[in-house]
Amino acid sequence: MKYKLGTMAIAGLMAASPVMADLVFPSLSYRTGPYAAGGIPFADGYADYFTMLNARDGGIGGVMTSVPECETGYNTEKGVECYESLKGGGGLVYQPLSTGITYQLIPKTTADDIPMHTMGYGRTSAKNGEVFTHTFNYPANYWDGASGAINYLLAENGGDLKGKKIALVYHNSAYGKEPIRTLTELSEKHGFEFKEVPVDHPGQEQKSQWLQIRRDKPDYVIMYGWGVMNQVAVQEAANIRFPMENFIGVWWSGSENDVLAAGEAADGYKALTFHGVGKDFPVFDDIQKHVVDAGKAAGAGDQIGTVLYNRGLYAAMLAAEAAKTAQEIHGVTEINASQMRDGMEALEMTEEKMAALGLPNFGPAFKVSCQNHGGDGLVGVTQWDAKAKTWTLVSDFAATDKELIDSLVAEDSSAYAAENNIEPACQ
Amino acid sequence: MFYREAGDFRTTYKEDQQTFPIKFDRYRYYLVLFLAIFVVPFIVNDYWVNSLLLPFLIYAIAALGLNILVGYCGQVSLGTGGFMAVGAYSCYKFMTGVDIWWGGELLFRLPEFNIFFSVIMGGIMTALVGVLFGLPSLRIKGFYLAVATLAAQFFLVWLFNRVAWFYNYSASGQISAPERDLFGVLITGPSTTPWAAYMFCLFFTIVSAYIARNLTRGAAGRKWMAIRDMDIAAEIIGVNPLRAKLTAFMVSSFFIGISGALFFAVYLGAVEVGEAFGIQKSFLVLFMVIIGGLGSIFGSFAGAAFLVLLPVVLKVVGVDLLGWPTDIVAHLQLVIVGALIIIFLIAEPHGIAQLWRVAKEKLRLWPFPH
Repeated sequence: MKYKLGTMAIAGLMAASPVMADLVFPSLSYRTGPYAAGGIPFADGYADYFTMLNARDGGIGGVMTSVPECETGYNTEKGVECYESLKGGGGLVYQPLSTGITYQLIPKTTADDIPMHTMGYGRTSAKNGEVFTHTFNYPANYWDGASGAINYLLAENGGDLKGKKIALVYHNSAYGKEPIRTLTELSEKHGFEFKEVPVDHPGQEQKSQWLQIRRDKPDYVIMYGWGVMNQVAVQEAANIRFPMENFIGVWWSGSENDVLAAGEAADGYKALTFHGVGKDFPVFDDIQKHVVDAGKAAGAGDQIGTVLYNRGLYAAMLAAEAAKTAQEIHGVTEINASQMRDGMEALEMTEEKMAALGLPNFGPAFKVSCQNHGGDGLVGVTQWDAKAKTWTLVSDFAATDKELIDSLVAEDSSAYAAENNIEPACQ
Repeated sequence: MFYREAGDFRTTYKEDQQTFPIKFDRYRYYLVLFLAIFVVPFIVNDYWVNSLLLPFLIYAIAALGLNILVGYCGQVSLGTGGFMAVGAYSCYKFMTGVDIWWGGELLFRLPEFNIFFSVIMGGIMTALVGVLFGLPSLRIKGFYLAVATLAAQFFLVWLFNRVAWFYNYSASGQISAPERDLFGVLITGPSTTPWAAYMFCLFFTIVSAYIARNLTRGAAGRKWMAIRDMDIAAEIIGVNPLRAKLTAFMVSSFFIGISGALFFAVYLGAVEVGEAFGIQKSFLVLFMVIIGGLGSIFGSFAGAAFLVLLPVVLKVVGVDLLGWPTDIVAHLQLVIVGALIIIFLIAEPHGIAQLWRVAKEKLRLWPFPH
């Protein structure tokens, strides 16, 4: 008890941190733990973009930005602790980069009137802004991913997948289970056979799963993995000589970390994406000049241009643009979280806007609205070249099965609304 | 000077048998209770409750439960995470109305239980499951029993991941607690006020500790300790090992179930079984019990406080005060917590509770040690 009171006093003192005059973009990062390989580049990209904005433009609309970090270790309990401790600092938007933490924070952020952006992860039905007022998952979500992969395969097979076998290797968690429903529906629609192959956390041991795949001989394998599970799966696929070009990962299974370990054998492995890959964008010159050369790069500074770094950068760019939009709407430069939410809801990304930011063709053009918090769900496909050690975009950002996904979103979100007595917004 | 019993006369059996026979100790206990009930709820904010107090109270209940099994009855268990999951999922099913299906048809649906009774039901269901997994303890001991309970851990997590009925067929396999109130005050859900969540958990913690204390110093507790110290001798003097071991499993699981239910419903609000109730949770609670002190009620609290607060304090000191990078602090945290565990086990194998006992003894004689 004495321990408790003493430490409580210290912690309480710390929690009451002063209110800063900056625009605060908290980063719930994970640079440790089994998923650190994915967490580090994302956190670096997120931080570097804001550092660059501060140095180049003097912040957003003349107000400097700050990115306080809190280590979650991909652990939901720590995520909650981080959220509560950063809340006092006036965070504008939270990006937990973890589906588990997202589920905790959806009700909390809504009650606290703080927006949350779960870009390409989290609860898919949060796309329905009428129910999930404070959660955004533009530009694409898990179900877009599943449908995007099937659409890509349809295009490869001349529009017909009848009689084909498609297996889903997934992380046996909330995240990995997300696409099952969509793929089941799609298998009925397109007449392919669908098989589920779960892999338990953290996924270092997948011998039996790939033995099953070897026995079943699916034509294609789709993977929803994260962390070390990806590398192991790619290696195992190589071991059973599964043709890599028939192996498609979702965007969380498509970074350099996942394929480098398998070496040459990973050549031809494909992954979905909703943003550009590589360093061939003008914005990277600015980052080099204002961040790296100035010695202000986050982390070790060795991740620049990797897939997940780009994703962190993209998330930061979307957050910064939403903040700009919010500043325009409300006519104030020092916006609060509630105004930030309005900015996110009115966000419109156009090709011209991205080109002006030094990111031409980096992501799809989309528009967020009160009803649609998920954008248009355009999904591209990248392929790994093991010799050059680069990812290249092999298909344009293409539309997904909007009709099916919208009906699934409506179903799931209305169930959530009924469970929690939520009145639809946007009247 | 402190803790003197000189002049502290006890004239009845009742006074002689009370938990805190020394007056100073008793008043200190009342003071802590008073502060916890009448002062803390009025000064807490979201951060204190969600980052420190709720995890402390909830883990304290889990540690109490495990301490009964490991510390008092001597049965090693690594299934705590799995049993917490049973508590959480039963609580969820009862608070959303248990649906019974037969042959693809909905047979009937129980009405939704109040959150208070849902938590209790979480405890009861876990007690039943605990007895079931306690059966092997009649035949196997020590490390072998640890392995058997480890099997329970993996089986239960697999079960809750596999059978969609447990998570009401939600797409993601997550369970999330809907808004529920007690006497019109919200207990679960995002709009819960910090003091309400705190008071709800505090109530369960106090009652659990009270029950645990009185069970362990009564006939049941003495039987458990007899089994722990030497099971053959215990059997010879008339302790029924079947009943003693199974009641220990039952009571222990009941508390662990309560803590799992609170952990899910009040503290986190949404859980995923593999992530929240994995093997690391079993180890965490076991560490709490070992560091706090085996076979001690106070030790359960001390162990929970130690392992809940230490990471937060280290984070606050490292990141907020010293401004170190978050990853270095996270790594240091592992190093420091690990080192402290080893130091503790070497310097004081009986845990924080023993330190406290020694301190009390010293304080009694202070300032004249001879």
